[in-house]
Amino acid sequence: MSRKFSRWHLLLMPLSLVFLLPLAQMLLASFTSNADINRFPPRFIPSALHISGYVRLFRDAPVGRWMLNSAIVSGIAIVSHLVLCSLGGYAYARLSFRGRTVAFVTLVATIMIPTQMLMIPTYFMFSHLGLIDTLGAAFVPFLTSAFGVFLMRQFFLSLPKDLEEAGRIDGLTTFGVFFRIVLPLARPALATLAVFTLLNSWNDLLWPLIAINDPSKFTIQLGLVNFQGAHHIDWQELMACNVVATAPLIIGFLIAQRQFVQTMSMSGLKG
Amino acid sequence: MKHGILISDHEKSGANVVRRRDRRTTPDEPAPAAKPKWTARRRRVVANLTGWSFAAPATLIILALTLFPAAWAFLISREHWNGLTPARQIGWDNYRLLLKDADFKSAVNHTVLFTVLYVPVVLCLGMFLAIALNRKIRFISFYRTALFVPLVVSAAATGILANFVFDQQFGLANNLLRVLHLPRQGFLADRHEVMWVIALIYLWTDLAFSVIVYLAALQDIPTDCLEAARIDGANRWQQFRHVILPSLAPVTVFVGVWETISVLQIFELVLTTTHGGPLGASQTIVYFIYNQAFNLSRYGYGSAVAYTLFGGTLIITLGLFAYARRSKIEAF
Repeated sequence: MSRKFSRWHLLLMPLSLVFLLPLAQMLLASFTSNADINRFPPRFIPSALHISGYVRLFRDAPVGRWMLNSAIVSGIAIVSHLVLCSLGGYAYARLSFRGRTVAFVTLVATIMIPTQMLMIPTYFMFSHLGLIDTLGAAFVPFLTSAFGVFLMRQFFLSLPKDLEEAGRIDGLTTFGVFFRIVLPLARPALATLAVFTLLNSWNDLLWPLIAINDPSKFTIQLGLVNFQGAHHIDWQELMACNVVATAPLIIGFLIAQRQFVQTMSMSGLKG
Repeated sequence: MKHGILISDHEKSGANVVRRRDRRTTPDEPAPAAKPKWTARRRRVVANLTGWSFAAPATLIILALTLFPAAWAFLISREHWNGLTPARQIGWDNYRLLLKDADFKSAVNHTVLFTVLYVPVVLCLGMFLAIALNRKIRFISFYRTALFVPLVVSAAATGILANFVFDQQFGLANNLLRVLHLPRQGFLADRHEVMWVIALIYLWTDLAFSVIVYLAALQDIPTDCLEAARIDGANRWQQFRHVILPSLAPVTVFVGVWETISVLQIFELVLTTTHGGPLGASQTIVYFIYNQAFNLSRYGYGSAVAYTLFGGTLIITLGLFAYARRSKIEAF
């Protein structure tokens, strides 16, 4: 590609390897017997590979159930985010109604409120609503978000109005214009929103942590943390659990890296 | 913008309705003056209903999950409440207690020190790596993938993986030190090292965010500007100092504010690695809140700490924006 060797390789190659090393270690350890892991002095390369960690993991803990729970939570969160945020975003971008400005400014202001400040009252709110120990506690906080509404609004503002106007002239109602004309154009923004929601809901630990105690209702993240508490010396099994919990998003990232990166560049995801 | 095309179309369809009805009732006379006023109100009602039916679901859910609990948290923060027995109103006592609490003070110290050290590092590294990754060299997509992939790893998984890598006996980190004939370290189990190790782990998961944002900003710099600078004889450093750096200023404010807010709230990583230990050496503010509320059932006190953190974060954020505005950087 380039004619001469770039000096940047000297920085980037070692750095990339350092960044990948922990993940490689995680994968390798999940196939290494505990006897090998606990040998002293430790080795970098195991003497043999075993799948016994995964076998024990699926025997000791309802990992399949946890994955399913997480999939349900993320699925509901994504569908609900796509529907509610695009409806709301469209209203704040294009429709004119009483209280619009006040409502929108209030919404954007709520982005400033940190989740951690809300965890105590939200816990009691959930307990009044009977959401404790249900999957609802995990997905209700992700049904929609002010950031999502804001993102969709910005996108709709960037669309030319001509098409919507044409739709109106052809006799479509506001709903018709929205569903037939605007939504199909919004696919890129919806993809960004979907990735954003997937990352947030799949990786969330806080809400399940404070609201779910029943192991059959754990999400995979909560399961992972509880599993660590119970099996903290069985590194092989623990790393297998880690691999299972992380693999879906890493695979998704490798397949759709461009989409993930674009989503991240538009939003702060962690925290 | 307010009276966009949709509204004028409402008008149009409203006018059609009037015309048709007029034809039926009074075919010869023009419509009386009162009629259009009535349809104008009707049209407004329809527009309001349509608008709110789009906006209400998202808006109501968001407000119910943020403003309502935020107000409630404030009420709780002025109560002595363990969640079981009835709450007792104690005014500002929780906040007063806070000022004297040595554990809270040390949590604030850890968090603030962490933020002050971490944010500049992540800004500089993020900018530097974005510049490094913004070129067409061999393996560039491999480098990007490798540096970005930790961003999708959850805090829980990162914490557990970190426990393994920094395990005192069997961990990779000490193993590498041993091979290099360096002394073994306590890492997460050492009071003096623990925050540094947590910072390192957090950097691993979080660096990609600033790199990605900087990378997007770099790609927005028009090549003409760089070209012009080059023709004018600017060397690499001058190009960076006078063209690239100024155009990255708004993004730097954004990333700086974002990183500050998220680092002040660091919690899950502490929960999954050290639980605030050893001996409270890695206790952060949010971990302190969690511990007070959900382990010790001191909900009132926990809420008071949460509100204090919110106030502090708000002041710092507004301060950063004010500073940015005074330096004439348009951040948003």
